[in-house]
Amino acid sequence: MASERTGSHIIGYGTLTAVWIALLALTALTVWVALNAPGIGHVWGSLAIAAAKGGLVIAFFMHMRYEGRLLRWLLFVALLTLAIFIGLTFFDVLYR
Amino acid sequence: MSHPTRKDHAGAKLGMWLFLFTELLLFGGLFLLYGTYLARYPREFAAAGREMHLGFGTANTVILITSSLMAAMAVTAIQRNGRRQVVYLLGGTVLCGAVFLFNKYLEWSAEIGRGIYPGSPRLAAGPPGESVFYSLYYLTVGLHGLHVLIGGTLLTVVAARVGRGTIHAGDFAWLENGALYWHLVDLVWIFIFPLYYLVL
Repeated sequence: MASERTGSHIIGYGTLTAVWIALLALTALTVWVALNAPGIGHVWGSLAIAAAKGGLVIAFFMHMRYEGRLLRWLLFVALLTLAIFIGLTFFDVLYR
Repeated sequence: MSHPTRKDHAGAKLGMWLFLFTELLLFGGLFLLYGTYLARYPREFAAAGREMHLGFGTANTVILITSSLMAAMAVTAIQRNGRRQVVYLLGGTVLCGAVFLFNKYLEWSAEIGRGIYPGSPRLAAGPPGESVFYSLYYLTVGLHGLHVLIGGTLLTVVAARVGRGTIHAGDFAWLENGALYWHLVDLVWIFIFPLYYLVL
């Protein structure tokens, strides 16, 4: 069946290594930001860098970039659910 | 077995992803607890966070990212029929996982040696926010460590099955799903690292 082969896209070693280098660079950046950036900025900076790293891992290491619509939508729904939990909780906690 | 077994690659992967989503929500819940208690005890969290070992955290981040690279390469290798490479790459992944857990052992030993563990006299005498921070730290990182242990065991089994030839280029759902689990372990650590080691 042809459909069984969908999703078995081969990602070359070169691409994977490039992603790894980007992840190491972002790790170095996040440590630098934590040690040097003052105030509340480094909390959001650190989280933004973590989100970027997570995106790279999901897109390339976990092949999500090459998956079909079903898995992408499911990922979106899962992340949206998490975002709603977090958003509503903080809406309560911060404005009591 | 004489009857042909129908393999459903896409279904196996879908099932794995659904399980990974529950894992995301599990760790997401722990991060949510961290966030709400951080909003309640910002000063205590900052004081406790400064005692964390940035060196261990950074080293373990690099180790897990590298292990994740090798797990991803193993999936590429099996698709290209490189059975021996797969076994070496998975061996490297599991080795990184073992080094990660050894670092964790050293780090926790140092912390427990200084009287920092849930319910310790030092934390009981200190402000409540500090003991909440360390309880969440041990719970989240401990649960993550358990995942490293499970992932390492799973990938060892997968490597043995690749070696025996029961996982091959035509049917590698086990390897793919094992690698996905390992990447999730890496993904969770990518968020634990800034929250516990960096932002405070």
